[in-house]
Amino acid sequence: MEKKLSARTNFILTVIFVLFMVFLLYLASKYMDSYKLRVVRLIAIYGIMAVSLNLINGITGIFSLGHAGFILIGAYTASLLTLSPEQKAMSFIIEPIVPWLANVHTDFLTATLAGGALAAVFAFLIGWPVLRLSGDYLAIASLGFAEVIRIVALNAISITNGPLGLKGIPEYSNIWWCYGWLFVTVLFTASLVNSSYGRALKAVREDRIAAEAMGINVFKHQLLSFVIGAFFAGVSGSLYAHWLTTIDPRITTLGPMLTFYVLIMIVLGGLGSISGSLIGAALFAILFEWLRDLEEPFTFFGIHVPGIKGMRILVISAIFILVMIFWQRGIMGREELTWNNLYRWLFARRKGGEKK
Amino acid sequence: MVFFLQNLFNGIMLGGLYALIAIGYTMVYGILRLINFAHGDVMMMGVYFAFYAATLLSLSPLLSAVVAILGAALLGFLIDRVAYKPLRNAPRISALITAIGVSFFLESLAVVIFGAIPKSFLNVFKDRTILNKVLIVAGARIPLLTFLVIFITAVILVVLFFIVYRTKIGMAMRAISMDIPTTSLMGVNVDAVIGFTFALGSALAAASGIMWAMRFPNVHPYMGFMPGLKAFIAAVFGGIGSIPGAVLGGVLLGLIEIFLAAYFPSVMGYRDAFAFIILIIILLVKPSGLLGKKIVEKV
Repeated sequence: MEKKLSARTNFILTVIFVLFMVFLLYLASKYMDSYKLRVVRLIAIYGIMAVSLNLINGITGIFSLGHAGFILIGAYTASLLTLSPEQKAMSFIIEPIVPWLANVHTDFLTATLAGGALAAVFAFLIGWPVLRLSGDYLAIASLGFAEVIRIVALNAISITNGPLGLKGIPEYSNIWWCYGWLFVTVLFTASLVNSSYGRALKAVREDRIAAEAMGINVFKHQLLSFVIGAFFAGVSGSLYAHWLTTIDPRITTLGPMLTFYVLIMIVLGGLGSISGSLIGAALFAILFEWLRDLEEPFTFFGIHVPGIKGMRILVISAIFILVMIFWQRGIMGREELTWNNLYRWLFARRKGGEKK
Repeated sequence: MVFFLQNLFNGIMLGGLYALIAIGYTMVYGILRLINFAHGDVMMMGVYFAFYAATLLSLSPLLSAVVAILGAALLGFLIDRVAYKPLRNAPRISALITAIGVSFFLESLAVVIFGAIPKSFLNVFKDRTILNKVLIVAGARIPLLTFLVIFITAVILVVLFFIVYRTKIGMAMRAISMDIPTTSLMGVNVDAVIGFTFALGSALAAASGIMWAMRFPNVHPYMGFMPGLKAFIAAVFGGIGSIPGAVLGGVLLGLIEIFLAAYFPSVMGYRDAFAFIILIIILLVKPSGLLGKKIVEKV
């Protein structure tokens, strides 16, 4: 019988860990320069995106490529709600904004919740047709739906300002909002995964036909996971928009490219592991910023290398392919970084030796 | 009538281009059950090969096309060897994710090597008179280019059908799509045949890409994304795995797109969204496509 930590120890350790993180974040917000702080905030935003996509892809096994669509909905909804009426009147140049949106103005929390809620509603509507498909078809259909959302954002000029996008979004996403939402996302997702719903979701991932035969309503569970994932994607979209301060519906900003980025994070971290997603998101954000140096001119052992644009995406995609070929499990596989597992990894080997 | 005729020819031309790309998808899917996400990007690389063969090496347009097609075929073969072959026995989802990675890689490679700024494909032609010629058919003014593209596409299709249905390697391809282990027991070199399939599909994509660039001369690293997705939809439309299905699906998709945009100009901006809506409807109504076979999933 394997020794486990009691629920109480577990809880206390978690509280201590959270308090410690809060302290670290406080130190960071006090002593880090604004550029580093930007990356730190981005890690949390990427973390929410990765955990929400991981709930859909890794835990439920719905291979959805439509995440950017939900992020876009959240970003636009929240930005339209936090922009002041004057700013909206100023930036809508091609066509004036629709009257019912012109004068709405709310605080950041309401806007973020609205962004998440609208993304969830869309996920519900899209889920009805898309989740009847499976495997590759589902991947393409969800990618298609995300593209449809993007194309609508590009053409519904009186609502979204079309290709010009929205500018001057207030930079509300400070470190506490980002990490607060990350905490809520992780807590909610982890409790969901550990509930009976979570076990059903995993059963659907392993074999949907067998799960169906066991009496699990596959469609209902998939839809649930899809909608919850989309809600947090919408939330992350709101945070992302208030981090970027400028959004537009190009392929490279809120289009399929973003979905691929999030996919890289969760594959790198391990499909099906929440803590893996967080590690993947952090690694991706740091790597992506660090590789920025590659695009600057630099001198390597006396050889002058001119800066090449696009180099960092090339390096990232090469790493991605290599991970898929040689190390498909990613960093965490399907394991979670829990106190119990930490305890086991740290002390199990010694225990095993004693038994002999 | 004149308007109809004009759009009919445009639709057939666009459909033909979709069909050529869709064949590459359908052949690979038929054999490996893999959506080769990178297919549209191979097409993009083919266009760049042609562009640089003509402008840097100053080859004639026809010769550049040959260089581009061979280059794309080699690229397709290499992609299979490097990225997909190690994953033959892995779960299908791993191969799909890798395909996305390869697509990503090719796009960023194009940004690094060729630059992100769009280039005009018209620079390939020193003599542009052939591009500007217009034929008048029953009152409709139709560019000669449209006929040229339709004709070339038809010729390529005839050659392709000959390869697949009348040659030994075509027979091997069809056998592999039925059952890989049995075919390998029969003494067929499965990997070589799969490599050949990738090369053939990529060559078709490059040919299609060059004609695409003649019609829409804006060459940039992300140009393969949309045609690639739509060609995949065309392949699903016609029944994935079936080559005649891919041709039928491609032509129908092209016609639907052109006619919707022509008769409902107010939805012009949403043109790219039609294909996806068509895809969802097909998948819901007839998942196996127009000419596909029904596959029953078992535990």
